[in-house]
Parts: sequence; structure tokens; C-alpha cells
Amino acid sequence: MLRFISRRMFFAILTILVVSAVVFAIFSFLPFDPASLTCGQRCTPQIIEGNRIKLGFDKPIYEQYWLFLSGIFAGRTYGSGSAAFSCPAPSFGYSFNENACVTDMIKESLPITINLAIGALIIWLAIGVGLGVLAAKFKNRWPDTSSSVFVLLGTSLPTFVTGLALLIWVSIKWKIIPMSLDGYVSVLDSPPRWFMYFILPWITLAIAYAALYTRFTRAAVLDTLGEDYIRTARAKGVKERTVLFKHTLRAVLAPIVTMAGLDFAGLIGGAIITETIFNLPGLGRLTLRSVFEFDLPVVLATTILAAVVVIVMNLIVDMLYAVLDPRVRI
Amino acid sequence: MSELLRINDLHVAFPTDDGLVRAVDGVSLTVSQGETVAIVGESGSGKTVTSLSVMGLHKKGTAEMSGSISVAHDGGFLDVISASEEEIRSMRGRSVAMIFQDPMSALHPYYKIGDQLAEAYVVHNPGKKKEAAARAVEMLDLVGISEPAQRAKEFPHQFSGGMRQRVMIAMALMNSPKMLIADEPTTALDVTVQAQILTLLASLQKEFNMGILLITHDLGVVAQVSDRVNVMYAGRIVEQGGVDDIFYNPMQPYTLGLLKSVPRISKSGSERLKAIPGQPPSLISLPAGCAFAPRCEYIKFADSNACATQMPALVGTKAGHTSRCHIDESKRQASFAEAMKEVR
Repeated sequence: MLRFISRRMFFAILTILVVSAVVFAIFSFLPFDPASLTCGQRCTPQIIEGNRIKLGFDKPIYEQYWLFLSGIFAGRTYGSGSAAFSCPAPSFGYSFNENACVTDMIKESLPITINLAIGALIIWLAIGVGLGVLAAKFKNRWPDTSSSVFVLLGTSLPTFVTGLALLIWVSIKWKIIPMSLDGYVSVLDSPPRWFMYFILPWITLAIAYAALYTRFTRAAVLDTLGEDYIRTARAKGVKERTVLFKHTLRAVLAPIVTMAGLDFAGLIGGAIITETIFNLPGLGRLTLRSVFEFDLPVVLATTILAAVVVIVMNLIVDMLYAVLDPRVRI
Repeated sequence: MSELLRINDLHVAFPTDDGLVRAVDGVSLTVSQGETVAIVGESGSGKTVTSLSVMGLHKKGTAEMSGSISVAHDGGFLDVISASEEEIRSMRGRSVAMIFQDPMSALHPYYKIGDQLAEAYVVHNPGKKKEAAARAVEMLDLVGISEPAQRAKEFPHQFSGGMRQRVMIAMALMNSPKMLIADEPTTALDVTVQAQILTLLASLQKEFNMGILLITHDLGVVAQVSDRVNVMYAGRIVEQGGVDDIFYNPMQPYTLGLLKSVPRISKSGSERLKAIPGQPPSLISLPAGCAFAPRCEYIKFADSNACATQMPALVGTKAGHTSRCHIDESKRQASFAEAMKEVR
């Protein structure tokens, strides 16, 4: 186990390095002059050249990349003298547009995205696995047919439709959940306000994923119910309820956990549409804004962060799999 | 010897889109304490369907059953066909236990062996977890698994095929059932392991005085362990008798065909294996008469019209040995005697 983890860690770090280098290279070869992007309305060549030196764009690419990497561990200072601006470690760069350290911007938006993703994950697992089991248990009867209607709607309705529909009806027309105007509230500060803030985005994201998980769980449960070891359990005199909820669900758990881990990682990378609809200042919105404003340091950082999350979640899922399936030895 | 299982005129049919599949068509048999009764037949002859019917293990709503299956249970008899789900459940594993063909897939891959065994006990003795765990180790020891306490903590994939079948047998014995159904218990195993498992079953049968219903297609296995034999073809029992009757004095051309098709080492290497020509009939459209008639080598000794139109009754020449065949007894003896020389 320890050897597996250390080996995987090594490769994870290697992958992250490669990803960061590739992303860095892509942004460096874009046909823009990054220094001129930092220049406002009253732009003079002097300002551009000044910023170029200040932000390090005058140096060769490999040196810029090295500065970027070392900044993560040592922090980085831009410019010198009284005009110096420094970002402490871990520094992912400096956003000229926002006049802020990229790390601070991520620190502000990441918790929102994590809150969004975890809440949605819990809801879609509960609905998806629950409905899937129900549909399998009552195959071809009304719970199954109605759940397949849900699956059809959930998979075919894009989040910008369900999200907007929820926003228009639940928040604006019926005023059940007020549109939050005061911004993000931590669960530690006020649980009810936190809940109100996130419930609609959670549902929006959860509907799409719950549909997929319903279909997947139903198929997996039906598959497992046909297994020989389920017949063995019945032949022992095990109650049908126990057969379903213990013997069958236990076997279905491992693939569901795998899928959930990877989907979760994907969401951290950016639930851009949902965050935009509900005006959540999360990572997805941050990325979107940075792309539109050519705020390259931020785009670079969020892209690398998304890759890191996917790599780390893969590692976690693999380790969980070994815990869940005794046949897998690592 | 008291009877443990009485199947009377069992019919099992499965409605499908193509029509009604008559998997079991009028099967009657009994199993008593301490005896081994075999059901022999090729794939699709209805032997497994019969055994699953006894356990009430057909999927809900898929099988149409009629007739009666009486199982000795709690001092009386339980009719599996009319019993409630809960009554059947309390019988399963306690009065009648079952072991299956493929021990590789019959054990849950995610649970420890000891826990799977203990569960068999706990479902019928709620709350007695400690006793169940102790009994699991005891049973593993009984079926010849060394270091049972250690191995109870292992998972199925850590056992070999033969060991897994031993585990299945240990699990079946957890509640000391009076009767054991063994559905092709040795089919998936090596020949040497087969012999070990059969010996084990025989010794456990003596120890627990169990009745065993053995489902198999392997005549070698039948000869080795069974007392009485039922030969099934196309959902019907075509011959029923003591093991010596079946092997030395078969009365039905299908039984004879099975005996002739057993490979023999003593024969010269150049000789081809004898097979019964043709295919078994579709269970959706069974012939009106004898289901074996289209493949029967000996039909010339019978009234071929009767073979084609009338199902022969299960009748016997002497007590306990019956068969379904239209061939006249005197003609049969003469013609079968020649073939039996080959078999010996």
C-alpha cells in the first residue's frame, strides 16, 4: 500500500509538472503580447516596456516558467523599490487586471466551488442511487417507468435550462427562496443563509448528474441481482431486503464511488454555467472572466488547478477502490 | 427411512415471447434420509429447474408451476408451490441447503468467508453472531480446510476452486439441514478434486444422515455416489431406478445411449466416441409422443406410430425401476443385451 501510494504520488507530481509546462507553453505562444494586455487606456510604449520588465515577460520562456514554479514555493515579488508588489508563497502569479495575487483570487473562489460541488454530490448520489435501486427492484413497473422519465429529462435538459427555470420560478415568481444579494456566506457563520445561497445551484447540478447515476445504478443493480452469489444468498434464506441492500449494493458501491470521484473532480474544475446563472463567484466564474479579459496568469492557474484536482481525485479513487474491493491489491 | 422430499407431478413452464417453455413436465420423485438420489440428463433437460423449484428460487413472476413439492420442514411438510415467501425463506438453508455448480461465482467476492458462513446461521438464528462465527470455523474444519480460524478471515479469491466448493459445502451445513441439493457440484472442478469433493459429501452425508439430491450430467459421478437415479430428457423423467438397475439393466433407449456415450479408456484409441445422433427437441414445441423418438435408434422395435403420437407412461417391470418406452419388453431385452456388451 505504502509503495503504491509513493509510486502514484511520484507520477502524480510528474504529471502535474508536465501539465503545467504544457499550459504555460500554450499561453506563452499565444499571438498576444502579454505586456501590452496590462496596459490601460492611456497607453504609451514606455508603460508597456516598464510592465514587461516588472512582470518578467522580457525573460526567455524557460526562465519565466522557472520563476512561475519557484514562485509557488518561495513567493514572488514584482517590480522593485516602492512600486514593488509581492505575492507570498504559494504564489501562482499576479493578475494585473485585478491588481491582486492569483492565489488570493483562487482562495476566495475555491471554497464556493467546493461547497457547490460537495452539496450537489450528496444530493445526486442520494437521488441517483436511491432511484436506481428502486427502478431495479420494481423493474418494468411504475417506479421504473417514472424514473426513466426522470432520467430522460435529466440527461436531455441542459443545466442552463433547469438552472434558469429554477431561478425564474422558485426565486423570482414564487419567491420561495430569495435571490441572494449579499454574497457568499460560510456554513460556519449562518447555516440557514448558507443553505439558501446554495440550494438552487445544488439542485441544478444534481438533476443532471442524478439522472446519469440513476441509469447507471439501475443497470448495475440488475446486473448484480443476476449473479450466482446473489442466488447463493437467497438459498441461504437471506431476506430479500438484505439481498438488495447488503449483498447487491455492496457490489455496486465500488463502481459508483469511482464515477462519483471523477465527476466531483470535474466539477471543481469549473461548474461554469451553474455558477454564472446563479452569480456564484466560484472558480468557474473566475476562469470565465479571466478568459474574456485575457487575464492570462489567472487562466494559467485555474487550468493547472483543475488538472491537479483531477489527478489527486484519481489517486484517491484508486486507493478507495482497493479498500472497497478486496480483490484489488495495491 | 423417513421421506424428506416428495415431488409429485411437477410442471414448470416459463412464458417467453416465443411461446411457453415447458422446462419440467410431470416430474415425480422422492428423497429419503441418508440416501442420494441423482437426476441425470443433458443441458436443458430440466434438472436444474427442478432443483431450483424445490428451493423456490425461480424469479418472481417468471415461472408457472403446478403439482406439489413437499419438503420436510419443522416436523411437518411444507408445500413449496403454495407456501408464502416467508415460509420458503425459513426453509431455505435450514431444512434444505443447496450447493451450486460454479464455486468461483457462487461466493460473494466482497465478504470474508467466515462472515458469509456466519450469515447463513444468523438469518435463521437472529442475534447469535458469536455462535455463528464459532460454528463457521467449526464447519470449515469439518470440510477439511486447514487453519480454519485463519482462513475464515480471507476472501473467496484467496481460495482455489476445490477449496471454494468445500467452503460452499461448509456453508450449506451451517444449520445442519436434513437435506442437501447439490447442483452439478463437481462440474467446474479438476477430476482429482472432483473425487475429493464426492468423498467429502459421502462422509458428511453419513455423519449428518442427510438426504442428497444430486443434479449432474456426469454418469461417473452418479455411479460413484448415488443410490437411486432419475434420467431426465426434455423435462420428463424417462427412467427411474436403483443405480444398479440403471447401469446394468437400462430399459430406455436414451439411458442406453448415455451409457454408450461414456468414453472408455479400455477401448482402442482409434475408435470414435459414440454420441446420440440429433438434438434434443425444443421445449416450446415438444413432439406429441415420446420426446426422444426422433433420435431413437431402437424405434424399429416399437410401434413407430405410437412413439410419434402417444407419450409412453412411466411403467416398471419390477418395484422401483420404471421407464417410459413403447418398445415391447421381450424385444427390448434382446436388442439391449447386444448393446450392453459394448458398455461393459
